[in-house]
Amino acid sequence: MKVSYFPGCTLKNKAKDLDVYARKSAEALGVTLEEIENWQCCGGVFSTARDEVATKLSSVRALKEAASKDQPLVTVCSACHNVIKQTNHAMQTDKEFASKVNNYIADGVYEGETEVYHYLEMLRDVVGYDELKKKVVNSFKGKKIAAYYGCLLLRPNSVMKMDDPENPSIMEDFISAIGATPVVYAKRNECCGGYIAMESPELAKKSSNAVIENAKAAGAEMIITACPLCRYNLIKNGADIPVVYFTELLAEALGVKEDTNA
Amino acid sequence: MHNNKYLQEELIRMSGVNPKKCMRCGKCSATCPAYDEMEYHPHQFVNMVESGDIEPLLASKSLYRCLSCFACIDRCPRGVEPAKLVEAVRLAAIRQQGANHLTADKVPTMLDEDIPQQAIVSAFRKYSK
Repeated sequence: MKVSYFPGCTLKNKAKDLDVYARKSAEALGVTLEEIENWQCCGGVFSTARDEVATKLSSVRALKEAASKDQPLVTVCSACHNVIKQTNHAMQTDKEFASKVNNYIADGVYEGETEVYHYLEMLRDVVGYDELKKKVVNSFKGKKIAAYYGCLLLRPNSVMKMDDPENPSIMEDFISAIGATPVVYAKRNECCGGYIAMESPELAKKSSNAVIENAKAAGAEMIITACPLCRYNLIKNGADIPVVYFTELLAEALGVKEDTNA
Repeated sequence: MHNNKYLQEELIRMSGVNPKKCMRCGKCSATCPAYDEMEYHPHQFVNMVESGDIEPLLASKSLYRCLSCFACIDRCPRGVEPAKLVEAVRLAAIRQQGANHLTADKVPTMLDEDIPQQAIVSAFRKYSK
């Protein structure tokens, strides 16, 4: 099947691994990611203010292009996913906001008809973890891996609707599907500090350290994430176990990692 | 500066938050990862907007310590969603003339070679108009 794909700014730059392994793995699983033409940066964080219109237009344009091809829109970066899904929800539920947005949208109106999936949701709900298991050629058997959700994958739950926001399993089930042992720990859905790394590296350090220490205390040998900023903050702030994108492990499990130039 | 009554109504309209729903349990502040860095905490944003005591919030650095992690939004037992009010006050502050909290010339001093683009665009989205 073919789906529309929004890579995002960071996946073309510092997080090339997240992108390249995602595409390669999707092909191996029978899904083609068709990159949205002329996509623009999502802005990284969603503004919850109802009168912020211009900052949401890039998301709406991507959503509308997916709608014109009658395809779901898939993202792999946690931040892009959060921004685009929240924007889509606002287009569906806030008529006043949607009508302002549509004044800027060429060739017809958009009303939130596109389905937005995170890549992990695509693995769970479209491909299916049982199918994934059958295609694993390099199992991670015996490896203890901690999933780090951070904030953006799960919250706000009323919009994201990906999983139980306080006791999620979508990443742990992924870890199990590639043969490894998931490590569950309390801080897996707490914030790494995010963009505060720019202005207050001390606060990012405090938040990230708490996550790393908690994961290690629970026995983790590796941490996986879908967010470039989470990965940066954890590595920058002293993670002494590997912190990798989940797509890298996926590509390795599927035996397609070597084919890439990431 | 705006008249407070008008500003209060505007913040409520922008955010969609009804501060009167708050039952003062403090769970938003208890779960806030930036709590220690804030002069005014999430529950205080709700209370102070409700009472019209908005000037101190507009001038506070607390506006730039919120991480937009949505923890207080999801964990509020009354569905007040304090971060939406913090966002509205932050926008009311930075939308004023010359009030951007982050300017482009400061950015190069904040970078190292590994920092992802996502951090820069997010900071601009939250700190500048």
